Amino acid sequence: MSRFLLRRLAWFGVTFWAVVTVSFFMMRAVPGGPFGSDRALPAAIERAVRARYHLDWPLWRQYLDYLGPLDLSEHGAFGTRERVLGGVLAGDLGPSLKYRDFTVNDVIAQSLPVSMALGAAALAWALAVGITCGLLAALRPGGRTDAALRLAASAGIALPNFALAGLLVLVFVYWLPIFPVAGWGSWRQLALPALALGAPFAAYAARLTRTGMLEVLSQDWIRAARAKGMPPRTIVFRHALRGALLPVVSWLGPAAAGVLTGSLVIEQIFHVPGTGSHFVNSALNRDYTLAMGVTIVYMVLVYGFNTLVDVTYALLDPRVRLGARS
Amino acid sequence: MGGRRRAALPLARDSGKLSPAAPTIKPQRIGSKRLASPLHAASLSPMRGMAGGRGALACAGLATALGGLLALARPGEAPRADFAFNLGTEVTTLDPGAVTGVPEGRVLRALFEGLVRRDPRTLQPRPAAAEAWETDESGTVYTFRLRSGARWSNGDPLRAEDFEWSFRRLLEPETAAPYAYLLWPVIGAREFNTGLGANGEPAERDWARVGIRALDGPTLRIELRQPSPHFLDVLAFYAMMPVHRPSLEAARAGSSRRAQVDWLRPGRLVSNGPFVLAGRRINDRIRMTRNPLYWDADGVAFRTLDALVVSSPSTALDLYLAGEIDWLDATLPPELVPRLAQREDFHAAPYLATYFYRVNVTRPPLDDPRVRKALALAIDREAICSKLLQAGQRPASSMVPWGGIGDYVAPRMDAGGAERARELLAEAGWRGPGARELPPIEIHYNTADVHRDIAEVVAAGWKRELGIEVRLRNQEWKVYLDTQSGLAYDVSRSSWIADYADPATFLEIFETGGENNRTGWSDARFDALLAAARAEAEPARRNARLAEAEALLLEALPAIPIYWYVTQNLVNPRLGGFHANALNDPLPSSWYWMDDPELERRRAAQPPGRTRVAAPGPREGLHAPAHAGLDR
Repeated sequence: MSRFLLRRLAWFGVTFWAVVTVSFFMMRAVPGGPFGSDRALPAAIERAVRARYHLDWPLWRQYLDYLGPLDLSEHGAFGTRERVLGGVLAGDLGPSLKYRDFTVNDVIAQSLPVSMALGAAALAWALAVGITCGLLAALRPGGRTDAALRLAASAGIALPNFALAGLLVLVFVYWLPIFPVAGWGSWRQLALPALALGAPFAAYAARLTRTGMLEVLSQDWIRAARAKGMPPRTIVFRHALRGALLPVVSWLGPAAAGVLTGSLVIEQIFHVPGTGSHFVNSALNRDYTLAMGVTIVYMVLVYGFNTLVDVTYALLDPRVRLGARS
Repeated sequence: MGGRRRAALPLARDSGKLSPAAPTIKPQRIGSKRLASPLHAASLSPMRGMAGGRGALACAGLATALGGLLALARPGEAPRADFAFNLGTEVTTLDPGAVTGVPEGRVLRALFEGLVRRDPRTLQPRPAAAEAWETDESGTVYTFRLRSGARWSNGDPLRAEDFEWSFRRLLEPETAAPYAYLLWPVIGAREFNTGLGANGEPAERDWARVGIRALDGPTLRIELRQPSPHFLDVLAFYAMMPVHRPSLEAARAGSSRRAQVDWLRPGRLVSNGPFVLAGRRINDRIRMTRNPLYWDADGVAFRTLDALVVSSPSTALDLYLAGEIDWLDATLPPELVPRLAQREDFHAAPYLATYFYRVNVTRPPLDDPRVRKALALAIDREAICSKLLQAGQRPASSMVPWGGIGDYVAPRMDAGGAERARELLAEAGWRGPGARELPPIEIHYNTADVHRDIAEVVAAGWKRELGIEVRLRNQEWKVYLDTQSGLAYDVSRSSWIADYADPATFLEIFETGGENNRTGWSDARFDALLAAARAEAEPARRNARLAEAEALLLEALPAIPIYWYVTQNLVNPRLGGFHANALNDPLPSSWYWMDDPELERRRAAQPPGRTRVAAPGPREGLHAPAHAGLDR
């Protein structure tokens, strides 16, 4: 296990470097710049603004300064040495070019907990409902429950977020005024966005559970267990469910990283100050540093969750040995 | 990263897809009756059987993790502010030196106060941080006297040096202030700001040569190069607000990136306006509280003020209808405006802003002014205004909006109609027997439904009246800006909004070589007329020069005016003190909540035919401490 984790850590370094490098140069290759506006600045002032954020430097120097760990600015390692360390490797994601009163670290520190809380709530109900429904459907495949649940699952996957969100607002805000319109801060304000955000995940979890369950239940060892006279409940919950959850778990890694970093649509409709909108808006604003920052956070989360998934695999499936070469 | 699943599932080594192949696994047919019915018994109590140490452990771990994440959100609703309005987009910064944009201006006007401010009704300059000023007979030397006893929100005295230092900071190139050029009319300011003289020659940067000087405690003198009738409007602009020197010097001394923006944080920001910064969450809100040290604190009704950042127009409208937002403007959903326009709380008024198409005059056939004029004549502006936009916008007959500003009367564009357009095309050799066929023209716009709809109306007109093939091309905002400044378009959608009520701002865009020209058009006579207007102190003669310049512009048409904007405000009927003005620059710090009797009086006085709507808010009203029971 520890060998496996060490190897993962080494690969993390490589992945990290590749993601930072590729996204840095891709971002800069996009036309338009962070200070473009329909009221263009006089040339002298535009130069001063660009110089302030070192955008007048050659690209390689901007890249090395961004990556770190040495600060290459006039205050940095080769200048007045007020700040020797800097850049991503020193944990500094730079100043945001759009939200100029904040560093990228600040922006992420403010928005990520919000997105994570919303994502966690969405994921929690989605998994609970999804797995239960998948299980119920698999126990009587082809039955009426199965048909109804499969229909609901298909609808959940097919219905786009914004349509569902609009529907929820219509029903639970206007027709039955139970929940507030939008905003962030109270438990009541959490309900509708979590419902809308989690719905496709619940549907997906249900489908994966159902498929996994059906596959496991058709295995010979289940038949053997039944032949031995093992009680059905034990077969389902102790033996079959574990195996049936494997596809759910492996889907959950990247899915959790996605849902915990927020959703632009949900955040806009429910006025939630999360990270999801930064993914889109930072690119639109050409806020180079913030776009890089959220990309790095997402990459770290995906990597972390995938590692977690593999560890969970070993817990769920006795046939899996982490770090085994064969 | 694809290796993850391979390592985990030795049975499925080759499945490297991101999705765990679940949909492709064919559910094997189980003899459902035979196998499922005994198992079905278990489903009566599905959760009870959840057993197995590791499974339970994993579940508990997951639940803890999710619970922990939820706790991160620190739920707890902030109490509603006395007054809440919507900014629509997050502000770029609260630093007056670095700021541009309408939302930023709204917040800055609540937090800071410049030497003068605009009257929200008349837009005339009014005393603010300065209680009085005078100009000498040449009109170039302004002497301001600050209020005695004026203080910053931390108790420091507010002195003339603070303004001198703030203007100096604005002009220092390191500040990189986008609006520094507004101060260029001041003697020596341009040289100090750019290190270049008026003709681009290198100039020495020396503050002693700049005409801004604090004379003694409350007196500030500003000397201009030439008289400028709009200099007080410039000083009322939000970029001209003072900043607190000790805070900024502490920030500059800080070496970390965070320390440099620390002075802008809630609780740290020292300001001199009616409110102080109390809280801020990106994309959520800016919370402000009344500044007890403001000179007119007794004239401010609201104890707390929320500037919300609701970016979705329909959500913002929902929040307004629910009484969570009290004033909405630019962010109304365009498709609902025709319906909203019937409500008593909807206010539309002429706005100093023009919607127009830039024409790339370097591209044939658009290099021919007759072709440009033909295009301008064949646009159905009436349809755009009354069928599409429907909020009271008017077809534009000049670049300067609403036919003029103040005493300035704009010349009118040729209005000969489609017949005249066809004649012009024939003169230019594009119509009639043996004429060449006009190449297709492309309308370029930034991606938005309303711009597409307008472009479709324009394109239909050109096709119908002139037989021109028109293509539409939309681009994402920043790419669109690049395309426009690189002159890589035929005709490009544009707009211009006045920073202050001066016709010159709509004409100076098109000066030769200006950053905002972006049409390739250049006319020495036009440039000379604008220069003459700038040198002219006498308003009537200045306006005459400007009108001559605009007449030239409307003849050459490097830009085709399409419509004049209106401000669109939804204001809670219970709010008092709102006045629509042509810069859409109301002053919420002077607003208050009416009580029921006043609301009834106000409603009785309003013109009939508007739909009554709910007026949430405090029924007993909320007035400034100095309120004498009179309608201010």
